[in-house]
This record gives sequence, C-alpha cells and structure tokens, in this order.
Amino acid sequence: MNAQPRTGKSASAVGRANKTRAGWAMSSPALAAILLFFVLPAIASLFLSFTDFDIYALADIENLRLVGLANYQRLLENPLFWKAMTNTLLLVAFGTPFIVTLSLFAAMLVNSRWLKWRPVWRVALFAPYVTTLVATAVVWRYLLHTRYGLLNYLLSFFGVPPIDWLGSPTASLPAILLFVGWKTFGYNMIIFLAALQTVPRELDEAARIDGANWLTRLRHVTLPAIGPTLLLVSVLTVAAMFQLFAEPYVMTQGGPAQSTVTILYFMYEEGFKWWNLGSGAAVAFLLFLCIMAVTLVQLRFAKRSGAI
Amino acid sequence: MSLRRWSVTLLAALVALVTIAPLIWMVSVSFMARGEAAQFPPPLWPASPTLENYHLLFGTFGVGHFLFNSILVSTLATGLALLFTIPAGYAFAKLRFKGRDAIFRMLVAALVVPGQIGMLPLFLELKAMGLVNSYAGALVPWLAGIFGIFLVRQYCLSIPDEMLEAARIDGASEGQILRCIVLPILTPIIVTLALYVFLSSWNDFMWPLIVLADQGLYTLPVALAASSRQNVQDYEIMMAGAVVTTLPVLILFLALQRYYLDGLLAGSVKG
Repeated sequence: MNAQPRTGKSASAVGRANKTRAGWAMSSPALAAILLFFVLPAIASLFLSFTDFDIYALADIENLRLVGLANYQRLLENPLFWKAMTNTLLLVAFGTPFIVTLSLFAAMLVNSRWLKWRPVWRVALFAPYVTTLVATAVVWRYLLHTRYGLLNYLLSFFGVPPIDWLGSPTASLPAILLFVGWKTFGYNMIIFLAALQTVPRELDEAARIDGANWLTRLRHVTLPAIGPTLLLVSVLTVAAMFQLFAEPYVMTQGGPAQSTVTILYFMYEEGFKWWNLGSGAAVAFLLFLCIMAVTLVQLRFAKRSGAI
Repeated sequence: MSLRRWSVTLLAALVALVTIAPLIWMVSVSFMARGEAAQFPPPLWPASPTLENYHLLFGTFGVGHFLFNSILVSTLATGLALLFTIPAGYAFAKLRFKGRDAIFRMLVAALVVPGQIGMLPLFLELKAMGLVNSYAGALVPWLAGIFGIFLVRQYCLSIPDEMLEAARIDGASEGQILRCIVLPILTPIIVTLALYVFLSSWNDFMWPLIVLADQGLYTLPVALAASSRQNVQDYEIMMAGAVVTTLPVLILFLALQRYYLDGLLAGSVKG
C-alpha cells in the first residue's frame, strides 16, 4: 500500500494504464495469430503472384525469379482458366437466385402462422447445413447415379428418362447446384426467418383484407420489409458460390470435360497438383477481385433500389 | 381455418421429408448387404440389416484411426480458439487501450477477405516453420478466428461497466476480473463458439487436404474423399463411411441447436 492516499485523478490514471496493459496482453495473442496466419499470407499472395514460384523454387529458393505480370498473362491465355471462370460465373449467376429464392420460400413456410410444430420443421430444414460437406457429397453422388440413384428413380414416375447427372457436361453443373442448394438453404432460411419475424403481422393482414393476393403481398409488404436481409443473404451466397471446391473435388473431379472445374478447384490443382504456386497465387488474387467486384455491384444496386 | 392449418403443416412436413431423405437413405444403405444398393429400382430399406459395412470400415479400413484424428484436431482447435478469442473479444469490448478502435475497424474489413486467398503462401510459411504435414499445421487457421472475436465482443458489450469497476475498486486484477466475473457471464456464448469451431473444424476439408500429406494424419473428410475417389462401386461401405463422418456432428448439433442458431444470427447480423 502507498503511504500517501491517492487522489482520485491519479488512481484513475493508474487504472487506465492497467487497462491498456491488460487490453494488449489479452488481445495480442489473437492479433499475432491473425497477423501471422491470415494477414501476412493474404498480402504475400499478391507478391507470390509476381514470381515464378514452382517446384524448383520449392526445392531451392535460389530458383525464384520475379516475372512481373507474366502469370496473369499466361492465365488469360489458358483456356482451362477461362473454363473455370465461366463455370464459376454460371454457378454465381444461377446459384444465387436459386438458393436465395429457395431459402426465402422455406423461411416463409416455416414462418407461416398456421404452421404447427414449427421448431421440428425448422431443425429438419437446417440439418443439411451442419452435415459434413464431403460426406453428403458422397451421398449425393450415389443419389444422382444414373441407374441406381434415387433421383432418377423418382423422375421415372413422371416419365423422365434417366439423366446422367454427373457424367454429362450439360447436366453436371445443375447437379452440383442442386446439391449446393440442398446443403446451404437452411442457413439462409434461419437468417430470413429472423427478419420475417420483425415484419408486423398486422401489415400483412391489412393487405389481405384489402384483397391483395399472396404474390402482391410478397412484393409490396414482405420484400420491402426484409430488403437489407435480402441483400445480406445475396452477398453471402455470392461469396459462397465463388468458393465452391469440395463439391467438384468429391463428386466429379472437375469433369466431365472440365465442366465442373471451379476457380478454387483450378487454383488447388495449379498450386498443389502442379506446384505452380506463383500462378496459383495469381488465381487466388483474381478470385478475390471477382468477389469484391460482384459485392460492390450488389451494394450499388441495393443503394439505388433503396434497400439500404 | 383448421383445414388451412393442416395443409400448411402437411406441406412443411413434405418439404422436411424431402430435405432429410438423403440423410435417411444414407443411414439405410449403410446397413445393406454388400451389392444390395446397386440395384434397380433402388431399395429404400435393407432386406436384412447388417453391421458388416461398419465391421469392414473399422477393421479392414482402419476408420477408427481417422475418427481419432478428427476428434483430436477438432477438440484442440476448439480449445485453442477459445483460449485466443475470448480474452481478445473481451478486451475489444471492455478495455479501452490505445489503437483499439483502429485495429477493430481493420478486423471488420478483413472479414470480407476469404481465407483461401492466402492459402498458398500460408502453406509455404508453415513449410518454412516445419509445420506442414502435422496436426499443428491443421490447427493454425483456427487460431486466427476473427468471427469468434466479434461474437465474444458483441456479448461482452452487454456487461455493465459498473460491475467491472466495482471489482477493480475491490482490488481485483484485470486477469482476475476476466476469470472470475466475465467468464461465468459468457458461458452461453462460449458454448456457442465452442460448438461452432468444433463443427467447422470437423467439417473442414480444403485446408486439411492441403496440409496433411501423410495418410496417418488424415481427418475423416480427407480420408473419405480419398477413398471415394477410388472404390466408387461399394456404395454400402461409402454410405457407412459417410455416416461415421457426419453423424457425430449432426448429433452434437441436435443436442445443442439453440446455441448454434443463436450464434449464427449474432454472426450474420454483423456480417
């Protein structure tokens, strides 16, 4: 103890110094880890993309050379890169509206005031999201089997001839989309559900009494009320669609005829199959730019339509 | 009105059935005799349920080892993530230190950067540190969990400052305050965070695939993906493998779903 009683001011100064010291002590391990294992690699990715880092450089760093934009130039001339880009953009363009719509309808169904045993249905619809991606991809590969699969069997009742889901270049992307939709709609559904619960029932009820049908109420009551959530879910879904990897890896190995090679799958093969790490880093950086660009377009579009 | 009630519920039941049908089928086929699933029309239930596939999995294929790896990696990832993120989240909410707000803004910005961007340099970095092809290498990304810091910070903001000040006046150190006062209050969010990290690290695929080269270190998803690329014809075995891989986390989720869904919403609101 100090011999002299402290004045209030100096005590609070000591408290402030303590807090600063404790604040840094408590946050620095996490911040150091983020710096070392997240920020540094992300920045290094850009530098790596300007080098010819390959298997020779991996063996001996002396072999590393700066090549400027050569990796990017070679990528733009590589048909497989464009195939991966096209496939990914197709997944984003078709997958985002598909998954957002699916999630919204699921949320509206579970939010319905006439629904009994709501928690049961909510958990059942959410369950696929927490399953292990690789495991359910294996299940779906069997489910989509041309001869023994459950899906073609069900379709046969409607007179649809067997579809070679994962073996035909035209059906493979829709098949993967179907799986991704099944796997992820529950997540978005929970977010939509939280937003829908903030929409006053009276608003919907008033519109109904005025004779507005279901679709009109959806357009003029529900959608405007959940605008920001719609934007959030779209942004999250776009980012997720850009990052598909395990699905083609397990279900199709990028085939048939490279119809399911995504950007991330291309990056993985470039980096860890062929050990072209410089070129792989360039792919990673382009992927980042794509996600940023699409997200910015979405934000601008949302601003213009007054959602945020 | 009652008719409407039943038709909506029936529709929900139908949608739920279609949704979980692949999972039910997975379990059902895993109990079928070998070769039974390769038939048309596809059988829905095993003619005579058998544990043969599971015996083969754990006996011949040594799945027990991969199961052990998965449990070990996910448990360590969870423990380490809690150790790193809880103090940081608390500090960002309650301890005013120099540079705090600037750092926090940078963390918010970093959230939009997908982790895959830095995967190749991270691999090289860990190779230089000698951590490639080890459990430690698989654990590293879970130390840098920005999401966890947000989650804890958000929850800590609701703790009244007077409570912490009172403890300070009573002479408690900042470490004691965290341990004895804050931690008990944080229990629900700690369960949420632990569950979230455990499930995410259990289900994680791309990073373990890259960093674990030695088959003896494979986690369940990596081992399952590797074998699915080889013995495609054995549907019953593959389904049993899928059950072993995904059932533990599915059960864990069902048992603690409230915590998981709360965390999901807290996380998504801040984006």
